[in-house]
Amino acid sequence: MRKIRTWLPGLLLVLPSIILIGVFVYGLIGQTINTSLLRTQDFVTDKITNPGGIANYTALLGSDRYQHALWNLLVLTVVFIVGTMIFGLLWAILLERGVFAEGIFRSIYLFPMAVSFIAAGVVWRWLLSPARDDQAVGLNQLFVQLGVPGLQSDWWSANSRMSMAAMAIPAIWQLSGYVMALFLAGFRGISADQREAARVDGATEFQLYRHVLFPQLSPVALSALIIVGHMSMKMFDLIYAIAGPNSYQAEVPATLMWIQLFPQGDPVAAATNAVIILVIVAILVVPYLVHTHRTEQRDG
Amino acid sequence: MDRRSLFISLGAAAVVAGLSACSSGTQTTGDPGAGSSDEQNASSKPGGAGGDVGVFTWWADGSEKLGLEALQGVFKSEFPNDTFVNLAVAGGAGSNAKAKLAADLANNNPPDSFQGHAGAELLDYISKGQIVAVNDIIDALGGTGVFPESLLSKLTVKESIYSVPSNIHRANVVWTNTQLLAKAKITDTPANIAAWIADMDKLRSAGVATPLAVSGSWTQVQLLETVLLSDLGTEAYTGLFSGETTWDGPEVTKAVDNFGKLLSYANKASDGDDWPVATDMVIDGKAAYNVMGDWAVAQFADKKKEEGKDWGWFPVPGTDGTFDFLADSFTLPKGAKNPGGAKDWLTLVGGAAGQKAFSLAKGSIPARIDVPADEFPAYQQKAMESFKSDKIASSIAHGAAVNQAWLSDITTAVSKFYGGKDAAALIKDLTAAAEKNRG
Repeated sequence: MRKIRTWLPGLLLVLPSIILIGVFVYGLIGQTINTSLLRTQDFVTDKITNPGGIANYTALLGSDRYQHALWNLLVLTVVFIVGTMIFGLLWAILLERGVFAEGIFRSIYLFPMAVSFIAAGVVWRWLLSPARDDQAVGLNQLFVQLGVPGLQSDWWSANSRMSMAAMAIPAIWQLSGYVMALFLAGFRGISADQREAARVDGATEFQLYRHVLFPQLSPVALSALIIVGHMSMKMFDLIYAIAGPNSYQAEVPATLMWIQLFPQGDPVAAATNAVIILVIVAILVVPYLVHTHRTEQRDG
Repeated sequence: MDRRSLFISLGAAAVVAGLSACSSGTQTTGDPGAGSSDEQNASSKPGGAGGDVGVFTWWADGSEKLGLEALQGVFKSEFPNDTFVNLAVAGGAGSNAKAKLAADLANNNPPDSFQGHAGAELLDYISKGQIVAVNDIIDALGGTGVFPESLLSKLTVKESIYSVPSNIHRANVVWTNTQLLAKAKITDTPANIAAWIADMDKLRSAGVATPLAVSGSWTQVQLLETVLLSDLGTEAYTGLFSGETTWDGPEVTKAVDNFGKLLSYANKASDGDDWPVATDMVIDGKAAYNVMGDWAVAQFADKKKEEGKDWGWFPVPGTDGTFDFLADSFTLPKGAKNPGGAKDWLTLVGGAAGQKAFSLAKGSIPARIDVPADEFPAYQQKAMESFKSDKIASSIAHGAAVNQAWLSDITTAVSKFYGGKDAAALIKDLTAAAEKNRG
């Protein structure tokens, strides 16, 4: 009896969420994996549209189109993470130094995050237009008016393997403020004693940041990296709003999944793609969770 | 410090995931309308079958919305018993709406009637058994007596017709800026693509940097389709979809070559741009030509431009005598909650009064040939004349010739070509798309 009293109330408390998450998250992931392994045949022509089993995965991963999409995703993610980290850290340091009207600047940097990707995408589609010279609009027009037409670019429409770097610009604009807030909270969490102690010991400002403050920010940096990274891998709405539904140039696995599911009416291929996206995100997130867990057990 | 912070970080991740989910676009959805399940036929009851009639379209903006409102007005006066419920979904030239519709149909929650481009686009719904034949309604409306036979034959699948065409657009039209053509001393209409390209050279030397205006991917597909039509001729072009013409033959190669040349005279477009961006370039005198469907007339009228003085038009060079058509049409979904009301709607959409009101507002032409032309503007009168006498070809870009999956593959191939200008790759992709999707 006594034993039951210790574990039962706790279990009852978490049971609804265990059941809900079990069914609606893990159950549906299982269903998606199941769908992704199906073998399908066209009703009318008898053509085999999906061979079934692991062959579904090898066929998708082996196609030029999917590899192009994966490459785009890699370029987007790297530029996006590096960009948000640099700007987030830079702004956090500037604000942390105690600028005038800090609250206003903090809000200004954070506001882009409040705008939805789809709304921002509509504006950025126009800002990143590849039209040039007297037809230029958006950023290209700005460069023409500033008298530096040489800076005009095709942005993400460029015929280059690195063109997705331009697609990261709006994403960086949106999420740098969020990363800044994370870093700022990290800085604020370090007690003032340590700074004073370092200064008393004769550390320069650079040495203070390099050897005292930054090492304590590494957990924050890791969290920021994971959050921004997994957002990048699942990004769909921004790209859809900027490049439209059928852009090859800006195709990533998530936009390809939309095409597979709706215009192509092929849920099996879409499920295969979805599982691959899940695995890619898991590769990023799971080691982080394991690492955090181990660190805490060691420290605790 | 035990596992609490692990839970906190998991919690934070969940919140962020929630935020990003919230930031994705929301679609407006309508209540499909719980109408009475009245099984009676429309014709048996004057004034309509009664109940709510939920009509699903992507006509939520501009002249399309005006057209739908005009139809709604006629519907109200002809069928006062029925209540029209507008289930329009905006955005993405119908692509958002089609995604929502696919979900509703898959969940057995169909609207009472939905819009679809007549032709191959409906094959997806037909093969899934989601819509039923409407031959009885077409016959009651007058059948081949009022609809051109060449149109009905393009809508027929295994002797059944699955939709009622409401209006027709022409896709193979070049819109021109009269002043720029005068500046380059171009007076004659070019007879083929080569002559047209020669005219573009004249425009270039007269100081027009971008003789041709293009926009996002689907407008480029439309340009390609008209070039194919020009270089292959109507019969061979139609054969591309039945399998009688191959996609890697010398004619297609020539057309792709011409398509690439035409793009070299065009502005730089972004894949996501919509058609008014390109048409506005002709209106504003930044480009001399734009290939666009004849809904462009509404754009010229909107900007207070006059035909003849400010703008002109001609069929895409080499396609004179062919009407590259696309049609909007309405269907009868299987399991519609109010089939009687849906039949009233289809009767109205296919009737002369409804078609006239709709096309006058939207800037299209009626699918019926018995609607008097004299009340229509000058361009539409000409188009109605051509529709009666021309050969009819089906548009690729607007779902008349190919189904959605095929169109998606073609559009991606064209988008890829626009980036890399690799003609061999485009032909390879087009051939692969045909092999994959041809029935």
